[in-house]
Amino acid sequence: MILIQGKGVSKGVTKGKLYFFQRPDTNIEKKPATDLEAEKARLADAQAKSMDQLTALAEKCREEAGDESAVLFETHAMFVEDDDYVESIMDTLEEEQCNVEYAVKLAGEQFAAMFAAMDDAYMQARAADIKDVTQRILNNLMGIAEGGIDSDEPVILAADDLAPSETLQLDKSKILGFVTMGGSGNSHTAILARTMGIPAICGAGEALKETYQGRIAYIDGETGSLILDPDDLTLAALKDKHEKQQEMKRLLETMKGQEDITLDGRKMMLYCNIGSPEDVDAVITNDGQGIGLFRSEFLYLAASDYPTEDEQFEAYKKVAAAMNGKRVVIRTLDIGADKQVAYFDMKKEENPAMGVRAIRICLNRPEVFRTQLRALYRASAYGKVAIMFPMITSVWEVRECKRACQKVMAELEAEGIPYNKDTEIGIMIETPSSVFVADALAKEVDFFSVGTNDLTQYTLACDRQANDLGKFFDPHHPAVLRALKMATDAAHAAGIWIGICGELGADISLLPTFLAIGIDELSVSPTSVLPLRAEIRKSIAKTCTLEKLEC
Amino acid sequence: MKEFNYTVQDPLGIHARPAGLLSKLAKTFDGTVVTVEKDGKVAKASQLMKLMGLGIKQGATVTVKAEGENEDAAIAAIEAFFKENL
Repeated sequence: MILIQGKGVSKGVTKGKLYFFQRPDTNIEKKPATDLEAEKARLADAQAKSMDQLTALAEKCREEAGDESAVLFETHAMFVEDDDYVESIMDTLEEEQCNVEYAVKLAGEQFAAMFAAMDDAYMQARAADIKDVTQRILNNLMGIAEGGIDSDEPVILAADDLAPSETLQLDKSKILGFVTMGGSGNSHTAILARTMGIPAICGAGEALKETYQGRIAYIDGETGSLILDPDDLTLAALKDKHEKQQEMKRLLETMKGQEDITLDGRKMMLYCNIGSPEDVDAVITNDGQGIGLFRSEFLYLAASDYPTEDEQFEAYKKVAAAMNGKRVVIRTLDIGADKQVAYFDMKKEENPAMGVRAIRICLNRPEVFRTQLRALYRASAYGKVAIMFPMITSVWEVRECKRACQKVMAELEAEGIPYNKDTEIGIMIETPSSVFVADALAKEVDFFSVGTNDLTQYTLACDRQANDLGKFFDPHHPAVLRALKMATDAAHAAGIWIGICGELGADISLLPTFLAIGIDELSVSPTSVLPLRAEIRKSIAKTCTLEKLEC
Repeated sequence: MKEFNYTVQDPLGIHARPAGLLSKLAKTFDGTVVTVEKDGKVAKASQLMKLMGLGIKQGATVTVKAEGENEDAAIAAIEAFFKENL
């Protein structure tokens, strides 16, 4: 038996083949070709595969995200077959008598350089498309599956760590669980796993060796252990746990359709956090009463250029309409810090968590902000959309955001485009400064939502991405809980509601504290809704105390 | 040989999407070569990347030529395409 101990970041027990995430190999070497015709045949094969994938992607996009993004993939398909591009590859093959990978790589570089050298920002950005298409053909030549998983059956995905853009492209139907060498409970892999309701282990370290590829493994996302070749005793324990887990699932099913109310009649709004329109299904299946945090970053992270107003509108509208009148809080662009997007062309920062990120980018780049706000207001005509601004530290920022909203509404009014003028506006409470001036902020907005991950990081001066802060990174720290209380008191004094949309919201051990503080809404991963509902329905709000706020 | 001149109206110029559609269209006329010329630089309309490489922006005037057995049909279709998409 081999036992690898990491940190459990998403609960559940599962068994499956270990599969190591494959990153495209960018290191392509020139090799002499023995059979030029065979190389040409491989190219034709890779082109055909690429065309099939792109056609399928375009179709999928047309259904899910609208015409604009579908056109991107159709253009990519045209590049694959482009005469000049193919001719350039063929020329290299003939002249150099080399492997086709090298010829494709060279053609990609040449054409990308040609576009990059043009004196037009739009054309320069097309260099990224050429690189993307070239990488796709190379992946198909080298048998690297798109989304990093080349397996017919679902697997336990192993990786050093996954970047946000990588998690977005994964084929979710092929993943039973995650295990990563690095990362933490707040990493994107962990968040994705919790949304999907599958087990995940982070920080497995060097013990996770690539030679284990293909071996059957058991992972326990609660204890954080990964086991190969379990002995009988361990196997029995794992099976027992798996059965209990299934039993628990059946019990939770009975919670569907029940109200989120304590025994003494205190109501809680139990909402969900989502990262893309695809996650709405999970919200509905788990009976979430609304969406408390719709992260809009997926639109920016998955693209090679700024998403257009129409692309964004389609995505927001889809979620707003699917939620059928239930509240959908959409957070404006929150990139920077750990979420970087190449085409934003941000300066490298020594300390990006405290740099130009989130609302700071939006206020510095009014055009990017305006595009998103227009899309959001247009979507407001199709459901109960609420707009939320992240990383607020000052009252002037909120006023500037509100002015931008007013301007966008006036534009839509003039253009005769429908929107809801009473769209709620809220802010994230995730910086200590926003807590200190919460009374003034509360007078400006319709709601607060506390981002506990960042609030903990900034309050405790602990980097949330760091693995080794251990006991110093304590989300239960009285300082964090007192900050929650201060913000709640300020919100209620101004007559607005306050929620928690960070991971802490799903922490059942804190539910009595949240009830005592007076939190109105909890927004959690869809899979946390039913366990939390079961707990709320057992609670008595008036007997809950603030003891955890004591030091 | 048939030809026409056209001043591009599209704010993005001859960008990826219309260039792609144009190259597709240009390939449908057998035995006929369609070219796009700007400031003495020429690209075949069927060559997507070269065509985009001309960097034709809004306000630029291009000369489009068709030569070959289907030149009449080609020039009519391509002129209609420019008016509608560019």
